[in-house]
Amino acid sequence: MVSSSAFQSSHNPTSKSAVGSQSAPALKVADSPRELEREPLVLNNRSIGWITNAIAGVCENPMPIWWWPAFILSFGGMMTMFSLIAYLVSTGVGVWGLNQPAAWAWDITNFVFWIGIGHAGTLISAVLFLLRQKWRTSVNRAAEAMTIFAVACAGIFPVVHTGRVWFALLPGFLIPAPNANEIWPQFRSPLLWDVFAVSTYGTVSLLFWYVGLIPDLATLRDRAKGFMRRFFYGLFSLGWTGSNRHWSNYEKAYLLLAGLSTPLVLSVHSIVSFDFAVSVVPGWHTTIFPPYFVAGAIFSGFGMVLTLLIPLRSLFKLHDIITLRHVELMCKVLLATGSIVGYAYGMEFFIAWYGGSPYELYAFKNRAFGPYWWSYWAMISCNVISPHFFWFKKLRVSVVFVWIVSIFVNIGMWFERFVIIVTSLHRDYLPSSWGYFTPTWVDVMTFAGSFGLFMTLFLLFIRFLPVIAISEVKGVTPQADPHHPLGGAKGHH
Amino acid sequence: MSALPLKTHGMLAEFGTPADIFEAAMRCRDAGFSKWDVHTPFPIHGMDEAMGLRKSPVGWFTFCGGFTGFFTGMTMIWYMNGFDYPLVVGGKPLFTPLYAFPVSYELTILLSAFGTLFGMFFLNRLPKFYNPLFKNLRFRKATDDRYFIVIESADPKFSVEATRAFLTDSCHATAVELVED
Repeated sequence: MVSSSAFQSSHNPTSKSAVGSQSAPALKVADSPRELEREPLVLNNRSIGWITNAIAGVCENPMPIWWWPAFILSFGGMMTMFSLIAYLVSTGVGVWGLNQPAAWAWDITNFVFWIGIGHAGTLISAVLFLLRQKWRTSVNRAAEAMTIFAVACAGIFPVVHTGRVWFALLPGFLIPAPNANEIWPQFRSPLLWDVFAVSTYGTVSLLFWYVGLIPDLATLRDRAKGFMRRFFYGLFSLGWTGSNRHWSNYEKAYLLLAGLSTPLVLSVHSIVSFDFAVSVVPGWHTTIFPPYFVAGAIFSGFGMVLTLLIPLRSLFKLHDIITLRHVELMCKVLLATGSIVGYAYGMEFFIAWYGGSPYELYAFKNRAFGPYWWSYWAMISCNVISPHFFWFKKLRVSVVFVWIVSIFVNIGMWFERFVIIVTSLHRDYLPSSWGYFTPTWVDVMTFAGSFGLFMTLFLLFIRFLPVIAISEVKGVTPQADPHHPLGGAKGHH
Repeated sequence: MSALPLKTHGMLAEFGTPADIFEAAMRCRDAGFSKWDVHTPFPIHGMDEAMGLRKSPVGWFTFCGGFTGFFTGMTMIWYMNGFDYPLVVGGKPLFTPLYAFPVSYELTILLSAFGTLFGMFFLNRLPKFYNPLFKNLRFRKATDDRYFIVIESADPKFSVEATRAFLTDSCHATAVELVED
């Protein structure tokens, strides 16, 4: 009791004076209460109107000259991927380097890689929203867009890796309807769980993104000059007027969607890990997989967010909205999740030894020192070493350095999935059925082309939609607070 | 058209800061208006109380969606794998909620999200592509950096002179004008 009252008395002055500015004129406070010393979320005390102009300006003004070569290159990559998929479908999965025993290789690696990248977007938009991390407002729109585009890239691989894609798309295999023999899909299979998890994830992410976009589309509609822009922004903003009766339901819906996305994002990569963990392949059959996959997904996603946003803020001069503080905070997330990933690598090895299964132990020795040793050490050096630079503030705020490290994180996380999938599959129980997987040019170009699809979508997003959540950024500035002097509150003292 | 008497949608009042509109909203609430609204470029913290709005009921739509999703999942899987075409796999029971859980869980979230979104649209009567306010040029700033109160002429307490005076003198609006219907 003594300690709690001491705690209260030491904290009361701050809380009272915070209320005092609006309702207790008698309180003798010389100045308006000082907040905790924190860097503001929008620098240089920008006005509400400045925020509108800065963000809406990005998609209203003609795109800078670099946009066109970037778009053409990405578009070419995307078309390469679709051509190679056509080649694969017309010829067979043999155009990839797949074999027995490595029947899954780059295809599923790419799937897990892309779906993992998506997780940062949902983490920023949902989990950080529930945790009242206001800094998320500057980065959530682009991160959510990245999520949706990454899920689109991810979704392609499991469908096309079946080779005869119509079997994946026709009723009876993935879609819950009876097949030609009137047999239903088997819901004991984690692969079917995955179908539901990933499609739910894609859909809910899209809904969440769209809900966030509605007020900003209305802003663009009200500023639009040409007919086409007014028509399409008008159509998709649904007649939004910023009515507070609407905001009231809107904010509740947004909160609920955040609450729904949080268990969703944790479940999606858990279920992706079940694709492996539920099997009995040494190296896959481990209980650490769900949390380890989720941490890795967030790690890789934040890597990609930084890879995209650091150039974006420079190219469009958004330094006042995506500040160094944002970059620094994201580096801290990289450090935290990267440490979890490093711990998981160690723990996997420990359990492989401690568990006493010779096959399991062999799988792990083979990972580090077998024919795929290079991929294992590429993974270790990118994922275990690189996040630990971010213990130092100087490195966290050096954007060029952060950008380079973020690339290494992306590379490392791709290798992680490759290591898990290919090194486990290529040598399991019987040495007579061991093999080796080598990618073909089709493997390589299909994966490279998926970046084309991703970047095409992202560049179109920059071109037509607000890259930062306009109304949300406004909402976290002191100018938006009716009880703050900058929001127009008259001082009572 | 112009010969017809002007039909009004309501009175539009503009404010420059969140604090001004916050106080004005409390005055409108206390003055007993019923058909009125506040339009702001971002949600203003505490405005629901200032306007005297009830708590948003969106959560009920979420709940109904989630409930439907979970039981759809469980029923679907029981029907497909346990009833319509029972197939013994590894000597396991034909149906247990355990293996049906991941899919039912995802469907819970999926339909909750749809319930939330469409519940919000339903409660807000969106999409609504025609709105007399869209014809007002001043109102375009409502999604930028201005704050508006609209008192509709359908409100029983509405009168052109008295409402204009109320908004100008008591609420300190920076501009007040009639909006055509």
